[in-house]
Amino acid sequence: MNDLTLVRKNLFRKKLRAVLLMVSILIAFLIFGVLGAVQNAFSFGVNTAAQERLVTVNRVNFTVPLPYAYWGRIQQVDGVRDVAPASWFGGYYQQPQNFIQAFAVDPASYLAVYPEMVVPADQRAAFIEGRTCALAGRALATQYGWSVGDRIPLMSNIWRQTDGSEAWDLDICGVFDDLEGTYPTNYLIFHYDYFNESLAYGRDSFHWMTLTTVDPARNDEVSQAIDELFANSRAETATSTEAAFNAAFMEQFGNIGLILGLVVSAAFATILMIVGTTMVMAVNERTKEIAVMKTLGFPAPRIFRMVLGESLLLSLLGGLIGLGLAWLAVSGAGAAMAGVMPGIALTTPTMLTALGLMLVFGLVTGLLPAMNAMRVRIALALGKI
Amino acid sequence: MTDATPLYELKGLSKRYMRGREATTIFDQLDMTISHGDFIAVMGPSGSGKTTLLNLLGGIDAPSSGEVRFEGARIDNLGQGQLAKWRAANVGFIFQFYNLMPTLTAAQNVEMPLLLTKLSAGERKKRVKTALDIVGISDRAGHRPRQLSGGQQQRVAIARAIVADPKVLLADEPTGDLDRATADEILQTLQLLNKDMGKTIIMVTHDPAAAKYARRELHLDKGRFVEKELA
Repeated sequence: MNDLTLVRKNLFRKKLRAVLLMVSILIAFLIFGVLGAVQNAFSFGVNTAAQERLVTVNRVNFTVPLPYAYWGRIQQVDGVRDVAPASWFGGYYQQPQNFIQAFAVDPASYLAVYPEMVVPADQRAAFIEGRTCALAGRALATQYGWSVGDRIPLMSNIWRQTDGSEAWDLDICGVFDDLEGTYPTNYLIFHYDYFNESLAYGRDSFHWMTLTTVDPARNDEVSQAIDELFANSRAETATSTEAAFNAAFMEQFGNIGLILGLVVSAAFATILMIVGTTMVMAVNERTKEIAVMKTLGFPAPRIFRMVLGESLLLSLLGGLIGLGLAWLAVSGAGAAMAGVMPGIALTTPTMLTALGLMLVFGLVTGLLPAMNAMRVRIALALGKI
Repeated sequence: MTDATPLYELKGLSKRYMRGREATTIFDQLDMTISHGDFIAVMGPSGSGKTTLLNLLGGIDAPSSGEVRFEGARIDNLGQGQLAKWRAANVGFIFQFYNLMPTLTAAQNVEMPLLLTKLSAGERKKRVKTALDIVGISDRAGHRPRQLSGGQQQRVAIARAIVADPKVLLADEPTGDLDRATADEILQTLQLLNKDMGKTIIMVTHDPAAAKYARRELHLDKGRFVEKELA
């Protein structure tokens, strides 16, 4: 027997109470883990943005198109290496609920700007050559069971063709991968020309242009030059880094970090009060036993540590089980949602933060009962005065 | 310390409590000496200060004035940490209601004072077995307090009190919650510990029959001692 035995036995003296407290903590850390993984998914685009890439959009916002002619003019700006124009297609496959993130792009320049997209050489060539070809990300292709050679109708709830059709028939000419797991493969690209030529409205325009510079150190200079080029035109531009563009895009959904933070904080505050109050009551019930321990010669600091140890053990047990369940849930959801929400994962920083929170939680809930235990006056507690 | 140094020496000991705005004197200017190997029964009416005296001797309460010396050294002016160490090394406590830890087995209860020593787990186990053997309860080592009778629980409590080999045992109404036959068994055990193992025992009791097991009786009344030699 040692102090840990005493800590463990005291913690589980009322098993139902200990288990219920542990479940409360477990729920808090399950929520923390799952929402942490969701937040990671939301910031995936920001985290994976390359430093040297810039994005040019309409100064109003990125949903307002830029004229086709801007592509050629931006290519002429000093310091620009490659420019890839893209239009947001949105769209769905078979059913409106099967949302597909699809962009109409210039194939060669898009692949040049995004070297992270790993495509077999023959598929790459086929995609660039074939007017109706599309290149699907691995996660998206897996989700819908597409393989090279398939023909799929991609519907749009934004665009319409001159013949009134809302479907673009696409051939899956290639599937792109991401070997390092840092680039999303949950979307599809196809030929801008094929898209543009059949449009009933909004022809000859792009929503954004992604570009690379010859040297990341020149990014500010290039951004400024592009925006000055189109200053006072009918479509002024705003050029920023890809990371800033992605962050602005995610902000459309609101401040995800703040919302998730508030949800987690509310859960933690509630459970903190429940566990803290219960721990105080649990230790108060043992005042006489603590007095006996002091009578036997256990020094007050050692009793303080033992009571604090109880709340730490409780917090770690509940927290680790909760985090384990979050990991299982996120792993399952991650595979199922790879096409919709890439990057949903319980990352090491999230787990380390959770571990830190467990320690803080244990210390906060244990501090008051531990101080009460340390201050127990033997004669008073044993009812001898 | 020499052999002539008494175990306890109380000089001008006073204890007063404030009850509301009124000061109550439990005893005033009390002097007393207790020798090594003594077995004293402290008797007296309720409220006479018997338990308070025991608390002062055990260092779990402080006097209002006066000195408590243990083997020549003052303990009344020690800090809480020093007193805890002193108690662990020198005093074994036996309570009326046993005060065993309900979540621990008899053996684990007895082992508790040894957690304050540097003994190895093996050595602790040996000592626990010896203590349980002395009080005749080793067959119940794995039982929890609620699985034991009152007499058995008090035997475990005595084993816990002696396991660290203290110089003095302070017993507060050790048979107050037991029937006569069980009380006699417990008192015989205490007598054995005093006679055969030389433990000094100071026992507070209301029971004249229990007091007869002691070497001498001290009657505490109105803050004064009246002594009676026995055996």
